[in-house]
Amino acid sequence: MKVYFELNGEQKYVEIKPGERLLDLLRRLGMKSVKEGCRTGECGSCTVLLDGRPVRSCLTFAAKAKGHRITTLEGLGSPEDLHPLQEAFLETGAIQCGFCTPGMILVAYHLLSHNPDPTPEEVREAISGNLCRCTGYAKIVDAVLLAAERKRKGDWR
Amino acid sequence: MKVVGKSVRKVDGIPLATGQPVFTLDVDLPGAAVGKVLRSPYAHAEIVRIDTKKAEELPGVLCILHHGNVPRTPYTTAGQGWPEPSPYDTFLFDKKVRFVGDRVAAVAAISEEIADEALRLIEVEYRELPAVLDPEEATAPGAPVIHDEEDARGIHDPQRNIAAAIDIRVGDIERGFSESDVVVETTCEFPYVQHVPLEPHCVVAYLDEEDRLVIRSATQVPFHVRRIVARALGLPLSRIRVVKPRIGGGFGTKQEIILEDVAAALALRVRRPVVMKYTRAEEFTSARTRHPMKVRVKLGAKKDGRIHAIEMDVLSNTGAYGTHSLTVLSNVGSKTLPLYNKAPHLWFHGKAVYTNLPVAGAYRGYGATQGYFALEVAIDELAEKLGMDPLELRLKNHIRAGESSPIFEKIGEGREGKAQVVKSCALAECIREGAKRIGWYEKRGKHLWDGPWVHGVGMAVAMQGSGITDIDMAAATVVMNEDGTFRLLVGATDLGTGSDTILAQIAAETLGVPVEAISVYSSDTDFTPFDTGAYASSTTYVSGGAVLRAAREVKRRILEVGAAILGDPPEDLDLAESYVVSKKTGKRVPLSEVGHRAMYVTDQKHIIATASFVAPESPPPFAAFFAEVAVDTETGIVRVVRFVGVADCGTPINPALAEGQLEGAIVQGIGHTLYEEMLISSRGGVRNPSLFDYRIPTAADVPEIEAVLIPTDEPTGPYGAKSIGEIGINGPAPAIANAIYDAVGVRLYRIPFTPERVLRALRTRS
Ligand code: FES
Ligand code: FES
Repeated sequence: MKVYFELNGEQKYVEIKPGERLLDLLRRLGMKSVKEGCRTGECGSCTVLLDGRPVRSCLTFAAKAKGHRITTLEGLGSPEDLHPLQEAFLETGAIQCGFCTPGMILVAYHLLSHNPDPTPEEVREAISGNLCRCTGYAKIVDAVLLAAERKRKGDWR
Repeated sequence: MKVVGKSVRKVDGIPLATGQPVFTLDVDLPGAAVGKVLRSPYAHAEIVRIDTKKAEELPGVLCILHHGNVPRTPYTTAGQGWPEPSPYDTFLFDKKVRFVGDRVAAVAAISEEIADEALRLIEVEYRELPAVLDPEEATAPGAPVIHDEEDARGIHDPQRNIAAAIDIRVGDIERGFSESDVVVETTCEFPYVQHVPLEPHCVVAYLDEEDRLVIRSATQVPFHVRRIVARALGLPLSRIRVVKPRIGGGFGTKQEIILEDVAAALALRVRRPVVMKYTRAEEFTSARTRHPMKVRVKLGAKKDGRIHAIEMDVLSNTGAYGTHSLTVLSNVGSKTLPLYNKAPHLWFHGKAVYTNLPVAGAYRGYGATQGYFALEVAIDELAEKLGMDPLELRLKNHIRAGESSPIFEKIGEGREGKAQVVKSCALAECIREGAKRIGWYEKRGKHLWDGPWVHGVGMAVAMQGSGITDIDMAAATVVMNEDGTFRLLVGATDLGTGSDTILAQIAAETLGVPVEAISVYSSDTDFTPFDTGAYASSTTYVSGGAVLRAAREVKRRILEVGAAILGDPPEDLDLAESYVVSKKTGKRVPLSEVGHRAMYVTDQKHIIATASFVAPESPPPFAAFFAEVAVDTETGIVRVVRFVGVADCGTPINPALAEGQLEGAIVQGIGHTLYEEMLISSRGGVRNPSLFDYRIPTAADVPEIEAVLIPTDEPTGPYGAKSIGEIGINGPAPAIANAIYDAVGVRLYRIPFTPERVLRALRTRS
């Protein structure tokens, strides 16, 4: 089956395999930021945004992308043009191994899109479906709060 | 200092922050096959017959390996130094399986689906054998012998299932206890827990254009992978190249060669790239765990609180294979007993036994974590019996700078150790700072109520090491480019810990350039110099020591060229802000001019140097941990309200990264203290092999962690640094256990402190 969908602002028309997961499709299309930590919906490292809302791509059929807008971390910023959230993660030391980072940043992006001034508890709650084994979360929470502050000052996109 | 001591951004931060394809599985190799492993459903069985015909006939199946068609060479999966302290008791495939999840066969196929289907089509007939499912029964007369193969080597006593044993005495322990005014005895139990790196084990193996085997692996130990795969497959070492890209966490589990060997064997057979990865379930059943242990501690003290005798008795369960069995066992004592170095009478003894259960291995803390749980709970009990503040008891007895412990000399890494004097120690300051931050004196013994919740505070202290004395060796190469920038080549392995960054900082500081002037290339056995790898809290100290020496040598050579340009003697020159500067006259010349001249103009040479560093000793970092908990007396739920960890890791090269290590380790420790446990079925299988059922802390579970660093200057370390990677995980279990006791007056000796266990203890008491 061939489907149309929007990937990081670009129109795609691609063949998908029967039963294919969105995780596999996206990685096949070169979106390697989408990580597989479990494949069973337990860890959040495969998180992407579907029409702006976080979904676990390992539990989502690729066919579901049809007609929708998918955002992966590649769509948020690039090495030459970092997104303020990426900037904040770097600045606060919120990245250790970086395996959870794509999912964390996308979930944080979603949080800040509807709650520009979250409390630390709200940040913790929002990222609680995304596991990180390296950082103990402290610096990730700091990063999201820092990005929120900058967003309120207009540094955003 | 210009660069050291600054929280510069990670040198690999941008690719990670933007999701670049930098991890093992982020490459797509044309024609890659998928490898999968068939695993044993039995805890202990003999493979009577294996028939792969049907599987082989399946279109798309490329190759099936099993004990009948691979060479049989005993080896160990433990990526450690050489000669290897772990027994050679593992085979690529064997005709016997020893735990549920053990390897039976491996398939390479053109797709994952076909590989899975092929696994189902392999017919195996097993003869089930009686199994050892309880470490206490492993050594009983008549217990089934798990390693009865004749070609295994280095097992302490195979007939009695003892993989390793230790017995160390200092002074006269009987006398020590009889001379003590107060004696306490405590046994603490550590269950099966796991590392859970977010990225499961994974590898890509292929033959390059020169027919050399390239192994791209998520490993902590590329050079050990090369050596062990060469042994296991009977290949010349020179034919293997191991590359570690960015990796998604290790914590010790990736110090094991548990996938590279099979992937390499398959790639050699099918002559195309083979991609292999553990599923999350396989991570639980077939990767590695912390060694479950029962640790009994007996302490004797004089009335005034001087600890006089310590006995530590350990039963360690190594599971079906003896990987790291001796060294983890040794570390239970060697990393804990020196902390209370004033006690003249010591006895440390124990054994690591085989069982038909999941295989234990290296895990952050490496035995010290299990040891500290028992020791620090016992110290709390001793303080109570003496009528002393446990904080004061620790202050009175802990080791200080300028002091030593006989244990340093008695227990090494699978052999004797080496005497050493502690040269830097701020443990007393760590204890005082932590007490202030948690509100020790205000909260201790107050049993503050808040609805059904009662609050309490508890503490623990710990030390670790910095690398393994006389064994861990690292080398580094510093190469100057003509524009005054440098390349730093290190065998060291960054697991996300930030070691590439701190090594760049050490080089930049020495060479008087900003960190941006250093490009780091690490962990490639063909292109970087040797390094034993990332374990034993070694990288900052050992690899950092090598970088410091290589950079100093390059500096010396730069100054020679600078001297020729400036006409000043090299002794008068120094490096600063990317210039060679005369300390006397202030005359200066940019490094770019030095570089161009050296490479293109006069007396040409490449300014480059390689240096090695062997850990001459293992200076311990120290830490004090304080927990405030609230215990719900109706449900038994324990909530950590605050947790403070104060550490002396020498001079932190990068404070933010060092804090991150401490915070991460503490939360991992809170995980095993409150939530984590691999549950084992009556047939030896893991009952909860998923992250839904084996719960690690989420952001909503953990409190604010206060990670504080108290700098000291370690004279043997690069710019005064020691280590920080492991120590943090030693604190939570005892500190939280002691805090629960302070809150509700019950002692818990087995983690995790689940609501059921807490409630049961509360009920038994009342
Ligand atoms: S890979 Fe999708 S939740 Fe873990
Ligand atoms: S940084 Fe490693 S899992 Fe989060």
